[in-house]
Order: sequence, then C-alpha cells, then structure tokens
Amino acid sequence: MRKDIHIITSLFASSGQLQKKRALLTIASIAWGTVAILLLLAFGEGLKRQLDKNRRAMGENIAVLWPGETSKAWKGMPPGRRIRPRVEDVDFVRDRMPELRSVIGEVVSWRTAITYERKTINGRVNGVSYEYGEARKHYPERGGRWLSPEDDKQRRRVAFLGDEMKTDLFGKDVNPVGKTILINNAPYVVIGVMQHKTQMGAYQGPDAQHACIPISTFKAQFGRDRLQNMLLETKRPEDMEGALKKFNGIMGPKFGYDPEDDRAFGTWNTVKTSKVTMMIAIGIEMFLGIVGALTLLIGGVGVANIMFAVIKERTREIGVKMALGAKARWIIWPFVLEALLYTFIGGALGIMIATLIAAAATFLPVESNEVMSFLGRPTLSPQIGMATSMILGLIGLLAGYFPARRAARVDPAATLRYE
Amino acid sequence: MESIIKMSNIRKVYDTGKVKVEALKGIDLDVRAGEMLAIVGPSGSGKSTLMNLLGCLDTPSDGIYELGGENVGGVTRDQLAEIRNRRVGFVFQNFNLLPHISALENVELPLLFGGVAPKERRARAAELLERVGLGDRAEHKPTELSGGQMQRVAIARALAMDPDIVLADEPTGNLDTSSGTDIMSIFTDLWKSGRTLIIITHDPALAKRASRIVEIRDGRITSDHRNEEAA
Repeated sequence: MRKDIHIITSLFASSGQLQKKRALLTIASIAWGTVAILLLLAFGEGLKRQLDKNRRAMGENIAVLWPGETSKAWKGMPPGRRIRPRVEDVDFVRDRMPELRSVIGEVVSWRTAITYERKTINGRVNGVSYEYGEARKHYPERGGRWLSPEDDKQRRRVAFLGDEMKTDLFGKDVNPVGKTILINNAPYVVIGVMQHKTQMGAYQGPDAQHACIPISTFKAQFGRDRLQNMLLETKRPEDMEGALKKFNGIMGPKFGYDPEDDRAFGTWNTVKTSKVTMMIAIGIEMFLGIVGALTLLIGGVGVANIMFAVIKERTREIGVKMALGAKARWIIWPFVLEALLYTFIGGALGIMIATLIAAAATFLPVESNEVMSFLGRPTLSPQIGMATSMILGLIGLLAGYFPARRAARVDPAATLRYE
Repeated sequence: MESIIKMSNIRKVYDTGKVKVEALKGIDLDVRAGEMLAIVGPSGSGKSTLMNLLGCLDTPSDGIYELGGENVGGVTRDQLAEIRNRRVGFVFQNFNLLPHISALENVELPLLFGGVAPKERRARAAELLERVGLGDRAEHKPTELSGGQMQRVAIARALAMDPDIVLADEPTGNLDTSSGTDIMSIFTDLWKSGRTLIIITHDPALAKRASRIVEIRDGRITSDHRNEEAA
C-alpha cells in the first residue's frame, strides 16, 4: 500500500501536465459549475431564511382561535350553537393553563373612522391584551412604545399604529408619537408606530394596516366584549398540539361543547403551517441544488473529456510504462490525481468567486425592495460549502477514474509495435 | 548452462472476430543463459509476435513458456507486469523513452516499479548511464539527445532491474550506420560480460554478431544454427 502510494505520487509528479490552454479551459468549466451551484444554493438558502423570517413576523409558536358554531350534539344540546367567549374568558383560560407563555384576547372593530386633523380614514381597530405586542411582533419604531399593562388597567386612550396606517393618516415625514387622533370621535394619543416587517401569514388583514388599543379601553368605548380571537402562545413549538387539546378540554365544559368538536373554535395552528412553509423552502433549495449540481456535472464531463483525450495522446507512454512493469493501478491513479487536481483548482476558484458575489449581495437593499423582501439575500453557509466540496470531489474522482480505467486496458504489445 | 527460456509448441492465434490468424504455428525454443540470439525473418513471419510472447507483453494461445524457470501461462495482467519488470529488459526500435522526463528519470522508471528506494534508484540509474557513456547527459530530456544517445539510455533502462534477458526489437533500425555500430558494440560487450540477449533484426550486420541465429518464416522456425563467426 505504501509502496503503491509512493509509486503513484512519483508517477503523478513526473507526468506531463496539460497544455496551458486546455488546463485553463478545464479549470474554467469546473469553476463556472462551482459558481453556479454555490450561487443557486446561496439563493435557496437566502430564500429559506427570508421565508422563515417573514413567517415569524406573524409570531412564533402561536395559534389563533376564533369562536364558531358547534358541529356535534353535546349533552342533549343540538349542534349549530354559537360559542360566544368574552374578554374575561381570557383570564379563565390563563388561570387554567399557566404553562403557556401567554393567552391573549383580541376584539376587532372594522371600518372605524380614524381622524387626524382634517384627514379621516376607515381602518381596523383591535382591542388587544398587553402580551399581544410580543407574541405578534409589534415592535415600536424608535421614539415610540407598545401598550403597557398600566394602559390596560387604567383604560387609557392610547393607540399603537401599523406603519401603513400611520403613513395614510400622517404622511411620510410626520412623527405621530404624542399626537392626538380621533377613533369614532373619541380622542386617543398615539404612543408608537410598528416597525416595518414583511409579513407572510395574516388573519383579518396585515398588521401594518391596523391600530391597536388596550382591550379594556375597547370594551369601554365600543361597548362590546365578545372576543373575535383568542391567541395561545406556547413556550416550545412541540407543545402546541397538547395545548390546543387542553384548551378545548377547558372551554368545552364551560361553553357546553364536545371537546372533540373542532368547529366550536376555528383554529389556525401556525406551528403546523410554518412546518409546511419550511418544507417548501427546503424543497426549493433542493431543486436549486440539483440544477447547480447538473451544471457542475457538465464541468465534470468536460474534465472527463479532456482526460480521455490526454489518455489517447499518451497511449504510447502508457504502453511503455506497462512494458517496464507498471501495474494497472499505477497507471490509473496518477490520471485520477490529475483530474482531481484540475477539479480542485477549478473548485477553489469557483468558491472564491461565489464568496465574492455573495459578499457583494450583502449590500443589496432587502427591506426597502418589495421583491427582495420576499427572496431574501443570497447566503452561503458552511453546509453549502461542504456539500459543494463533496460533489466536486466526487465529480473529480469519476471524471478521472473512468478515462483512466480505459488507459489501464491499453495493450502494451499493440502500442509498442507501431510507429 | 541452464535454460533461461523454454518454449514448447507455442501457438498464437489472433482472433479478430471474423478471421482467425495463426501468427505462430508451434514454436520450440530453448535459450540458455549467456547466449546472444538473433531472430531473423521477413515481415509477417511472426517475429514481432514471438518477441511479444518472449517479453511477456502477450500470452500464447497454446503451449508452455517458462522464463527463468517460472511458468508464464495463466497469470494475471499485474503478475505479468511484475515478471516483465524483474526478468525482461526492453530495447525498442523507436527507443520509447518518456519525452518529458530526464534520461536519468527514464532509467529510474523500472526501478520505481520494482520498489527500489529513491536513493538507491538514483545511484543505480546514474551508474548505468555512466556505463553506456552518458554520465554527463543524465539531466537531459530525450529530445535533447541524438538517436544513438537515446538508444543508449534505453539500454541503460533495460539493464536497470538486472533482468534475465534483454530483448531488443530492431535496435539499430532507426539509427545511422555509425550510431548503429556503437549500439552493436554495446550489445557485444554485454554478451561478453555474460548477459543473455535476444535481438530481433533485419540487419545482417547485427545478426552476424550473434552467437546463434534463429530464422522464422510463416510462424515456424526454419533454421536454428550457431554462428561461429560471432565476435
């Protein structure tokens, strides 16, 4: 074995290399393939990360529950009864499910007149619990704040505006914090504006287009305390399934419905849907990877082609070596090493170029561009580098091995006999 | 003297799929150590085929071939390569040196295949080049040498593994008269120092120097006689 390695490396070191032009073209084709696979994978990775970020913009580990009608008979009551939870039921659930990160109530007033100075728009006003801000990622822009528990306790007339609603109402350049607006003719002080976010999932409408006020204030002004939605937030994604079961176990007896009845509360389990989103993203990444790998494969075919030509040119040389006592493996492996060398140089070059391009992509404006905010920034990860290196190695090996095997089948007698 | 080569009833049939060509039709040949054998014959007589078999570049279709007491039949390609490496030194008409490596490295090649350590390899190759009068050309590439010099490098290479036989195929065929004479003298010297040589040639001048002349015609040995005039 050691003798073999010594002989093979000696032969490789003393073997004639390709002509410059040929070597350059071979290396370029591998470099091109490498750049292609890396950029496609980087694009897929960027897309995946952006999708992940966008999906999280709605909130993580949350389920949205909206009351509906029962679909099953329960304890002598017919199906088709409406379930009508109230604001105080939020506390009822919270007391019985302390393991949850938060239980949130949401009350909605649609097409509500919202006025600033002489401009009035029709917008959506949500009365929400304090925890809504964190769970639904309503982060305030600099200079503003989200609702506080005090606001809720004291039924303050304060409003937190979605960024699009703020622009509709105030225009682009006005800082609305501290200014007073009218909601259904009642004055509210604006305490904050939501940071812009690209939101993938939404119910009722995008967060950017609504205003949030304390749920207690909402109840006082609109005289309604029927919940539109309840939100459950778990600490870990895997807890969601059980939490939803427990929720119906608690609410079923209270409102008189079968805990197995999945129509009493409509449910949007974002943990489940985000899993699907990630699957799609991974699928896209795999598809892009395969396209890239095929491009790289073409480079590999180029190397194999060159190696076939080289072996044909060096047939006499191979014959001479065999006549002098070279075994088949001593003929094969120097050629494989040569193919690996070209693949390695081309691959290294490609990785360098792709890294430069990916580095340049960090200057792309992702947040302000609508398309980019969905596609994300091409991102190279160590895993992508590893996968590409492995594919490169495999291609080099195959591109060297198959032509070289043919070299080892050269008949020395036939080679040496003729001029 | 002991037999180095024992061939009995050797046949070689080339099967091209459509036609079968019988190149050798039963060769019996016995070569003893220290002989200088010339194999002569017209083109198509089976000389080259015989040379391929003698040099273990090919295996016979039928018959038994023993080289240095070792039966060459039924071995794998790699085993055959090993036998060639240890027992046969080749000298070709067109030299067959590797063009991109130096004369010294060319001579080292069989030693590399034979598993000789690098230092010893280098020393032995240098010594052999010295012996054929090319000590000062060791670092030259074959393309920088004359035909006669190239053939001398080839002879040094053939001797590298101290083989049982040196097999030369028209060694003077590509050389001018004076270089040819030089090469012939080297062969004669080798013979005098006890080497076994088999030379396949058209050249009557070279054949005359051999101690034994074997003539082949149409795949058979037609004459086999001692040459009393051998130098």
